[in-house]
Amino acid sequence: MALNNLPHKLALTGLSLCVTLSPLALAQSVEDKGRSIMEEYERRDTGWQDMQAEMQMILRNAQGQESIREIRMKSLEQENDGDKSLTIFDEPRDVKGTAFLSFSHINKPDDQWLYLPALGRVKRISSRNKSGPFMGSEFSYEDMGSFEIDKYTYKYLTEEACGKLTCYVVESYPVEKTSGYTRRISWVDTTEYRMQKLDFYDRKNERLKTLNFTGYQQYVGQYWRADKMEMQNHQNGKSTVLAWKDYRFKQGLDERDFNKNALKRAR
Amino acid sequence: MKQAITAAKMQRSKPAYWLAGALMSALAGSAQAELEFSGKIDLEARVFTEDASRNNQEDTNASVLIEPQWVWFSEDQQHLLQFKPMLRIDQNDDERTHGDIREAYWIYTQDNWEVRSGLRKEFWGVTEFQHLVDVINQTDLVENISGEEKLGQPMINLSIAMDSGIWDFYLLPGFRERTFASTDGRPSLPLNISDDAQYESSAKQLHTDLAIRWSQSYDWLDLTLSAFHGTNREPLLQASLENGTPVLVPYYEQMTQVGATAQAIWLDWLFKLEMIHRDSKSESFAALHTGFEYTLYGIMDTDTDLGLIVEYGWDERGKDASSTMQNDLFGGLRFALNDEEGTEILAGLGRDMDYDGHIFSIEASRRLNNWWKLSGEARIIDASDSRDPMHSLRNDDYLQVTISRYF
Repeated sequence: MALNNLPHKLALTGLSLCVTLSPLALAQSVEDKGRSIMEEYERRDTGWQDMQAEMQMILRNAQGQESIREIRMKSLEQENDGDKSLTIFDEPRDVKGTAFLSFSHINKPDDQWLYLPALGRVKRISSRNKSGPFMGSEFSYEDMGSFEIDKYTYKYLTEEACGKLTCYVVESYPVEKTSGYTRRISWVDTTEYRMQKLDFYDRKNERLKTLNFTGYQQYVGQYWRADKMEMQNHQNGKSTVLAWKDYRFKQGLDERDFNKNALKRAR
Repeated sequence: MKQAITAAKMQRSKPAYWLAGALMSALAGSAQAELEFSGKIDLEARVFTEDASRNNQEDTNASVLIEPQWVWFSEDQQHLLQFKPMLRIDQNDDERTHGDIREAYWIYTQDNWEVRSGLRKEFWGVTEFQHLVDVINQTDLVENISGEEKLGQPMINLSIAMDSGIWDFYLLPGFRERTFASTDGRPSLPLNISDDAQYESSAKQLHTDLAIRWSQSYDWLDLTLSAFHGTNREPLLQASLENGTPVLVPYYEQMTQVGATAQAIWLDWLFKLEMIHRDSKSESFAALHTGFEYTLYGIMDTDTDLGLIVEYGWDERGKDASSTMQNDLFGGLRFALNDEEGTEILAGLGRDMDYDGHIFSIEASRRLNNWWKLSGEARIIDASDSRDPMHSLRNDDYLQVTISRYF
């Protein structure tokens, strides 16, 4: 199956390379330029097949009090659709063993199931509205989902310094009406197309949150991942840090690791 | 390449091959694999708000639950061993002081199939207030009258994930009797349950039951079909005398049940349906339970989601039904605060339209920190009609507070 798809995948990748690189040099609308930058951002993060990582989620309230969640994640890349992912909670202890299976989609709501180990039950979850908080954090379910180019329309704003690097600044507008945001502003560095910063604007078009990415490392000679992602909520003073570790790519996961049986077996 | 396929096919077709291979790889992997220990201890207090039906019953009750768990995965993730015993010590009810092995099993995974052997919990339902199709495990009624607590069931379960769906085949050797509170306990029936259960099958509790289940997920729809043949988990209770004392003797019939569930998502609606047809010596009937949950997201500019639940339970036997949900309407509110503490509240009201009875329950929980959690539960039963199966519980309204320590 995977082997059959390979030539097809290579052809596709080659095609998008031609399309995205050449227009950058030419005069184009800010919409096209915005989209082509994000296409290149997505293209450079394509082909990783499967990924696993561990994450510590540190929640800080406005008074600076912290609480910590320990989470493991597995993802499977999908062609022409959103990724599949399995999320397993280790802490807090009362939700230990709870697992969350998600098939994300581009033009329709994701399919999601939750496994509750105390009851031994798999529960289907309604996923149309994803603006609510993920595990009580400043990340919403929407923020945790995979990036797909057609989930947004774009506008190129400017190019400016971001730390030691230079960044393209692109505004994106969610296509889905149930999104919690009116727009997002992305800072993507011009050298490696890594997301450096994201601003989120709420439905009233007021700046709600800023997400900063630090400690980028390259894996399997290609894919960049940030060790630390810090979300600051400007409206309630709370923040959430995701501290990532033990990234593993191309470990041979397949569809069978992302079905309901796998969900029930997750520990 | 062709040879490899043939070898793989042969390996699949001969159980002895994979069993030997499985054990060898388990042993090989054990050096690196890890044993993980976790669990919880609950301290539970109940206060009964009405005068007891009988004067041997107390108005308060304290109880402790210990539930440790050991999990072991082999390095290659092909083997999983899980062991989860439980022990409850109850202040007033000797029947509620009980232990059980909830789970003690081995899962062996290969390609698209897995074999799960041992004591397990298998849940089949989809609706909120009743689970008609869920018949694999015996109900641990002494734990909670909600019927949601189950005893571990011995089984060998082959599960195959195919494009056509997940196919489960169950061999269920051995049967567990339903637990009941004694007359000292609250809530409880007015008579003690005899330890001397009767069976239709001459094999008694050693009857081997069989079950099969198919489940498939489509975009917006989850479907299951199931069939079960064996000992009915639900006993008929027959009044009798034991050493001159009146008791209820459980009688377990053989039954064949076919069931179906459907769950459909449309916008913010979740539609649920469970249907069964059950055949036994004494009766043959159909029953269904259906309803929806509609979710309002982020109510009143907060992060709180509110689920509105409406369900209806129907049983062809009507008032003759052993089920307490023969013509009952349910309404529920589920609040998920989506806060750091994971606060949740579920309130439900059931109305029995044949007997004009009501049952109200509310459950709430909130995490205190990484290790502690507080939960509460209240149950109010109004069943003045003496023919209502809930009638014997009418004076047992209670409030319960539980503090859980996880480790």
